[in-house]
Amino acid sequence: MISRLRWRKFVSGFMLTMTGVCATVAVSVLFLILGYLVFHGGSSVSWNFFTKLPAPVGETGGGMANAIVGSAKLLLLATLIGVPIGFLGAIYLAEFSGRTAAFVVRYAADLLNGVPSIVIGIFAFSLAVLPFKHFSTLAGGFALGIMMIPITLRSTEEFLRSVPVSLREGAMALGASKWKAIATVIVPCAYRGILTAVLLAFARVAGETAPLLFTALGNRFWSPGWNQPTASLPVVIYTYALSAYEDWHRQAWAAGLVLLGLILVINIVARGVLARGTSVSRS
Amino acid sequence: MHASVRPAVSFNILPTGSSTAAREPAADLTMRMTLSKVNFFYGSKQTLFNISLGIATNKVTALIGPSGCGKSTLLRTLNRMYETVRGARLEGEILLDGQNILHQDVTALRRRIGMVFQRANPFPKSIFDNVAYGLRINGSRVPLSEAVEKSLRRAALWDEVKDQLHKSAYELSGGQQQRLCIARALAVDPEVLLLDEPCSALDPISTAKIEELLVELKNLCTIVIVTHNMQQAARVSDFTAFLLTGQLIEFSPTPHLFTTPGDPRTEAYITGRFG
Repeated sequence: MISRLRWRKFVSGFMLTMTGVCATVAVSVLFLILGYLVFHGGSSVSWNFFTKLPAPVGETGGGMANAIVGSAKLLLLATLIGVPIGFLGAIYLAEFSGRTAAFVVRYAADLLNGVPSIVIGIFAFSLAVLPFKHFSTLAGGFALGIMMIPITLRSTEEFLRSVPVSLREGAMALGASKWKAIATVIVPCAYRGILTAVLLAFARVAGETAPLLFTALGNRFWSPGWNQPTASLPVVIYTYALSAYEDWHRQAWAAGLVLLGLILVINIVARGVLARGTSVSRS
Repeated sequence: MHASVRPAVSFNILPTGSSTAAREPAADLTMRMTLSKVNFFYGSKQTLFNISLGIATNKVTALIGPSGCGKSTLLRTLNRMYETVRGARLEGEILLDGQNILHQDVTALRRRIGMVFQRANPFPKSIFDNVAYGLRINGSRVPLSEAVEKSLRRAALWDEVKDQLHKSAYELSGGQQQRLCIARALAVDPEVLLLDEPCSALDPISTAKIEELLVELKNLCTIVIVTHNMQQAARVSDFTAFLLTGQLIEFSPTPHLFTTPGDPRTEAYITGRFG
């Protein structure tokens, strides 16, 4: 009897330790990556890194200003494409659709969310690159925009659904049409959540490389306008990391650090926005 | 067909007590709303059976009955709120001032028939914006601040909130929130005000305030109130309809129904034998 009890205590203690260890591993991976990036790339993050163009092959120094601006332009385009479609689609899903339609749209969005990003890249390549016979910022933004649609759509829908029915009824009982009720009560109620959803979708596609490889391609110089190939942080990391130059490796680490830093900041801001979500706006 | 605002009332829509005893003469009552032969279905399940009922102008009509008897459903037919539920279907005729509400534009109808819900449901906006909401969405040209003050006074809330109109409505107490919802409904000057157990989540003092308010408000509009609380029906209403399993069992002037109920089931309910 005693030995049995001891065995049980041992199993219990062992399992508890294991869960703790695994939880620690899960958390520490992030810090390990961050530490690694700082160790290798920290020294290369300088003023020049943000303001200079890449140095010609063989010279050291230079920066990634064009990739940073390129990423910003790509993300702006992606947001302009993905957010309106995701947002309005979510309103349809949460407020108007019947059961079958909702099921189909939701299922399709979940599948789209699971489509490998390289496949989305090929799709954008065939649709926005081949017909024009050149790579462009537009094509890259298009590919990233497609990726933002399902993420924005599904999470916006969840937040819209969480608005209490009583508020909808309150608005409708005052003679608001369905659309008026949505625009004046339901969306304002859910806007923090929606904003969070958009930020997270943004952070998610900010690091995507595969869809950009054969849409935005890359560029060692500035990319004027929207119709030329453009550099972007993820693609620069990819090409620099595979190169043969020590200096480029260091710059790839630095670019990784900047990208991760950006995504972390967006995530933290998004959590902050959501955490204040229950308080009510003052007008 | 129904051109007259005072429709020719048949026997069964009038409070039954009034036709027998020497109470208010029925002929003096004008009917703001008239329901005839209303049947209501959720999908294939019928929840209201052949209900005919008149709602007298500037009076308080109470709907009572045990849980699930259909009193809230009946209330929700009056402003067609049932339409938000998929599969809900209504048969019969409901007249407002002689016009069938089922053939009217639903948003226009709901501007004329205000509603207050069981749980206070202020919008997450300021007190001012809550009351102004109905006016704003209807593109009203009335000066907003005057209209808001008038509504808040009518809802007996003005003195408590006049210095904090721009605070969030969520900072008010439950009773204040419910009176805010009444003010919000009154702001668009409805002809009829529907209340769905408005006091069921409130303490006795807040309840008393709202009951007082209802008695004053009937000068402004016609009131229909669903209540679980028979004392409340007795205190505030002029007419009471007793429903049981989707059927209208008895409809009489309130004092009559509570003192000399005509149906044994009514008597059983008001004396607390069930429900």
